[in-house]
Amino acid sequence: MTSLAMERRRATVARVWRQFRISRQGTIGLAILGVFILLAVAAPLLADVRELNPVFARGQGNPQWGSPGDFGPLGTDHIRRSVWTQFVWGSRVSLFVGLAATVLTILIGSVVGIVSGFVGGRLDGVLMRLTEWFLVIPFLPLAIVLASVLGRSVWNIIFVIGITSWPSTARLVRAQVLTVKQRLFVDRARSLGAGGGHIVLHHVLPNVSGLILANATLAVPISILTETTLSFLGLGDPSAASWGKTLEEAFVNGAIVRNAWWYFLPAGLGILAVVLAFTLIGRTLEEIANPRLSRRR
Amino acid sequence: MRTSGSDRLTTETTTARGRGRLVRRKLLGSFLTLVFVLVFNFFLFRVVQTDPIGSLFRGRNVPQETIDDLRTAFGLDEPLITQFVYYVRETAQLNFGVSYQSRQPVWEGITTAVPATVALVGVAAILSAVIGTIGGIVAAWRRNTWRDHAITSGTMVFYAMPDFWLGMILLVGFAVVLGWFPVAGIVDAGSTASGLARFADQAHHMFLPALTLTLAYLGEYTLITRSSLLDVMGEDYLVVARAKGLRDTVVRNRHAVPNALLPVVTLAAINFGFVLSGAIAVEAVFSWPGLGKATADAIRGPDLPMLQGLFLVFSASVIVFNLLADLAYAWLDPRVEP
Repeated sequence: MTSLAMERRRATVARVWRQFRISRQGTIGLAILGVFILLAVAAPLLADVRELNPVFARGQGNPQWGSPGDFGPLGTDHIRRSVWTQFVWGSRVSLFVGLAATVLTILIGSVVGIVSGFVGGRLDGVLMRLTEWFLVIPFLPLAIVLASVLGRSVWNIIFVIGITSWPSTARLVRAQVLTVKQRLFVDRARSLGAGGGHIVLHHVLPNVSGLILANATLAVPISILTETTLSFLGLGDPSAASWGKTLEEAFVNGAIVRNAWWYFLPAGLGILAVVLAFTLIGRTLEEIANPRLSRRR
Repeated sequence: MRTSGSDRLTTETTTARGRGRLVRRKLLGSFLTLVFVLVFNFFLFRVVQTDPIGSLFRGRNVPQETIDDLRTAFGLDEPLITQFVYYVRETAQLNFGVSYQSRQPVWEGITTAVPATVALVGVAAILSAVIGTIGGIVAAWRRNTWRDHAITSGTMVFYAMPDFWLGMILLVGFAVVLGWFPVAGIVDAGSTASGLARFADQAHHMFLPALTLTLAYLGEYTLITRSSLLDVMGEDYLVVARAKGLRDTVVRNRHAVPNALLPVVTLAAINFGFVLSGAIAVEAVFSWPGLGKATADAIRGPDLPMLQGLFLVFSASVIVFNLLADLAYAWLDPRVEP
């Protein structure tokens, strides 16, 4: 890559950042996300992981169903574990699954979209038919069926979310690739003897990456909410307690009838905050990538 | 997109034929999708269920000969392609196998659960479409006022929370603490009421889950209506309508809104396809005896035949409603290319 192109790209990033900073919703989203990333990274400093072990919790003399007044800061659950510890360590699993599943979604979607749009012809027809099928099949039941069949592990959940949610990305990327393909600089590169791989890597990809990034940010909320729902339905990894898993255990063990609101309120608020943060950031990025949208918002 | 007079003339003469072609193409597309679902369903469950007869008798002492006989009877000795033909034939006759949990035919389990789900999610789908659309209209028409900000941020918050978590909060607040509503089910346990009293009892049980789903679905309608109306608000014909001296509400209700509703109609039609599968976790929270709770119970089993049947029914309902949405769109918007 020439230094000229490098410089131009750096300038683009700087421009996007300037536009991002002046957007209020974008800054709020980034701030909320920052707090939760800090929480996840600093988990060992904030809460003793041994508190997740019921035997240890019993040994500590924790109360059962202790309210936040009995046992700070967030009370305890049916097997005496600290809810605060579950919240802090659950943020790691929820964020990790949400991000990893999104990476997989975007990877599959981008590859299908770029290949379909760039190669065209019969391959495009086949890939788009496949995309349409996956779009029509109801997303959550498909994820449920796949997760039940594959078994309960973090990686299976990531795989299931990735494999069920790529189609909309593929469509979006394909449409963008089709317009980029028509641009003059692609013809120019081709007439200078550039091969397909070079054109995709150096001309198509840089021009769709903004869209892919915005789309990825907006896909994270879907990934996180899907993980939460799958875990709540009992398909989560028993050894890696995400926020969704906390909600499941609270529900199954009767936190509702006991009015043990402290057990399920924090995990849900965590999901709400993180999903909101990614939505705000994603909408801002989308507006920057596609200024026509801001007229509508 | 604007069509000139001559364009319109030619489209009108070919419209009927174009419509027929569109309907045929959409029907074929939906049929192919259904076939894809069938193939997918067959192989997916074949991957895990290498020994369906064995799992049917899980943990029970059954002589090997019985198992072998059954295997032959079910055609499991046949090659995969023959098995697939059997599967399609049985499915076409609505024979989805026997549930591991209830030992009843899967189809029976599904059909008994359908009315509860249709009632609950149907009510929520209609309420959320109406309220959400009105919210979107208010937000767009009073763009950038406090009302717009309140509506937009409110819907985004509801959109960002897991629907079943909202249900848990409403359940604790209104059923456990305040005691205004029942905690679970569709009728009071042991109730023998009939007629109007029974209906009132069911409505009482339905209130909280329906509220949860309505709040959860609202956001989509509000955001789509709002952005669609904002698009329309830049159009020339609204300037003309205003220049004619029409009042603001007339401009809005007669000129702007009808033209902005098209995407909302499509969304509603598509969402009606999701009525059957739309409330899996929420039904589980409220122990609402519909398809969602059936799914949640089947996961716990795991009751694979039940899951397989539910997945097929959910998919079929979405495919059918998508087809209807496409056809409705083509009928409502003459600009759609036949």
